[in-house]
Amino acid sequence: MPTNVTALPPRSTPLQPRRRALLIGASSGIGAALARRLAAEGYVLALLARRADLLQRLCEDINAACGEARAVPYVHDVRDHAAIPDLLKRILADLGGLDLVIYNAGVNLPAGPEAYDFENDLLMTEINYVGALAWLDRVAAVFQQLKSGQIVGISSVAGDRGRAGNPAYTASKAALTCYLEALRNRLGRYGVHVLTVKPGFVQTDMLKHAQRPFMVISPEQAAADICKAIRKRRQSIYTPARWGFIMLIIRLIPSFLFRRLRFLA
Amino acid sequence: MNTLLPIQTLTRLGNFGRSLYAPGYLHQPASVEEIEQVFKLAKEQGLTIGLRGAGKSYNDAALNGGGIVLDLRRMNRILEWNPETGVIRVEPGVTIQQLWQHTLPDGWWPPVVSGTMTTTLGGCLAMNIHGKNNFRMGTLGEHVLEFTLLLPTGLEIICGPKKNRDLFYAAIGGLGMLGVFTTITLQMKRVHSGFLQVRAWNVPELTTHLAAIEAGAPAHDYIVGWLDATARGAGLGRGQIHAADYLPEGQDADPDRSLQVEYQTLPSRFFGLVPKSLLHYFMAPFMNNPGVWAINTAKYLLGLPARSYRQTHAAFHFLLDYVPDWELAYGRDGLIQYQSFLPKETARDAWTEMLTLSHRRGLPAYLGVTKRHRPDEFLLSHAVDGFSLALDFKVTQRNRARLAQLLQDFDRIVLEAGGRFYFAKNSETVPETARRFLGKEAIAKFRALKTRCDPNHLLQSDLYRRVFGEQG
Repeated sequence: MPTNVTALPPRSTPLQPRRRALLIGASSGIGAALARRLAAEGYVLALLARRADLLQRLCEDINAACGEARAVPYVHDVRDHAAIPDLLKRILADLGGLDLVIYNAGVNLPAGPEAYDFENDLLMTEINYVGALAWLDRVAAVFQQLKSGQIVGISSVAGDRGRAGNPAYTASKAALTCYLEALRNRLGRYGVHVLTVKPGFVQTDMLKHAQRPFMVISPEQAAADICKAIRKRRQSIYTPARWGFIMLIIRLIPSFLFRRLRFLA
Repeated sequence: MNTLLPIQTLTRLGNFGRSLYAPGYLHQPASVEEIEQVFKLAKEQGLTIGLRGAGKSYNDAALNGGGIVLDLRRMNRILEWNPETGVIRVEPGVTIQQLWQHTLPDGWWPPVVSGTMTTTLGGCLAMNIHGKNNFRMGTLGEHVLEFTLLLPTGLEIICGPKKNRDLFYAAIGGLGMLGVFTTITLQMKRVHSGFLQVRAWNVPELTTHLAAIEAGAPAHDYIVGWLDATARGAGLGRGQIHAADYLPEGQDADPDRSLQVEYQTLPSRFFGLVPKSLLHYFMAPFMNNPGVWAINTAKYLLGLPARSYRQTHAAFHFLLDYVPDWELAYGRDGLIQYQSFLPKETARDAWTEMLTLSHRRGLPAYLGVTKRHRPDEFLLSHAVDGFSLALDFKVTQRNRARLAQLLQDFDRIVLEAGGRFYFAKNSETVPETARRFLGKEAIAKFRALKTRCDPNHLLQSDLYRRVFGEQG
């Protein structure tokens, strides 16, 4: 449900076309940076997040900066699967259509190097992967029907290898990466574009769980890379791009060796 | 009819100019009961309904992004036809083509037609279309004897010029926002031949152009001007006038033949060679500033000798059907039309300013059409005692922002000159502009009727949202 009574954004006219984006997981970090950047590029936005106050403030900021209603807040928990069909329908009606959907919801809750915590692992899987399924399955059906649209999933470099430090997190991101690839293979023939984004270390709340972060970039930098990839309809990107090279090497390390490299695994 | 499965019915719908698209849950009811089912469904689903005929508006009139779109073209039965009186009762999806093809063999022609015969009567009435005979016959709405309006509340109301008068004059031209026309009764016009006598002559500049239309109108049944919008300087506003008259009884030696549908049908090949469905490919390379200038200049020079000839009704009226899919020639981003209606006292100066401005900005219109108009009594009326000028512009990624600015300047010039606009054409009109030309009172009256007929504001379109705001 639209959580407040802010005016809805204006709709496209032939001379003022407006791209419409749905951003899931928008209240902080990369999500908030993406929202600001997309709004500045002229997008109208449906912003989804669990934390109502943060979301409300973000929308007010964006709308004030743009001088018109461009972002509409919707409070939503991605684990509330039952709410999704109606919410998607509502957003389509509120924005007048949809051109871009970004799944950015994600958490990292490491249990510790030797510990196991199923409750946390389940939560991570639900938010990082199952939530993406719940949303993107529906979005894919819409875009396939309309034969247009762009889907972006924010995965992680962590999904490229199973790492000892946080098995469930890496597994949830690996699943997301694989799911996005499959969606891309399925939807390409319908003219629907799917982009997989694999950020390295980004200066967000999630960084506090990282053990030895390096090459840390700001969320704004990540958002800039993502927007460029959306424009260029890239299949998959690392942000920053250097991670592509690093992960190529890491992926090539044989398993028996990888598990001995404590600083990597 | 299937019950609503939102995603399976979701369809990308466009406008006539191929310049705007929006997705909608498309429903094509074949009966009043099916419309009522969709009303019910919309309430259950919390969605709005936009009405759509043939989708031949140049803007967002038949789009309802993210909502239900009710396409009424399957309700296309002719219910009653009386060849003695020329009164016809039809469903809203009946097209102008169906209409004339049904009645012409009996010697009747629609009193008012659009430039394409693919439009539906429901759509034509929602927009209250005018033709090249507006100065004489008024709008299509003036020839409606009666219609039935199905309100979103489920009520069916019969309206005529004397019955439920306020609703009659608001629903015609009411943008499909008050209810769905379910039957329409129309008075056709008697003709004694399948031909019109057409006279064509050139006019060298704008003052002469408008004077020719003004002087010509009282003497003819139809009059229309082509305006070469690429001509500048002393030739600004030059063009060609076409005036046409019905043949009086007895003038056509064999009316039974010329009134036949087959006789009226437009040829399907150009010069007998090129299939016309391919013609737009040949036009596309000329759809740029120098190309259009060259074609317009050639057309003007070839038109210098005045001519008089007979032409069938269909050939004279349906210029837009002459080249199928001509809109495609405008390329990926399509075209927009900007039409302004100006009082006869201010038209010349305002259009001189507008045409000059378009040249100075390097944004000449590729087609200009002028007509003569008279005022009418409809609530949301575009009519004036004066002229209209319709200008077609090609839209490109590069010119979009500059074109938007140009049209804003046009709006200012037209409003200052006491002009009006037509809702099936302009795509960028903002609420303030509508307030200024319609007046607060007319809008308040329309809103009150809207609330009465459609208390839940179920009927919406992207046009209505843009011009009158979300809640109407």
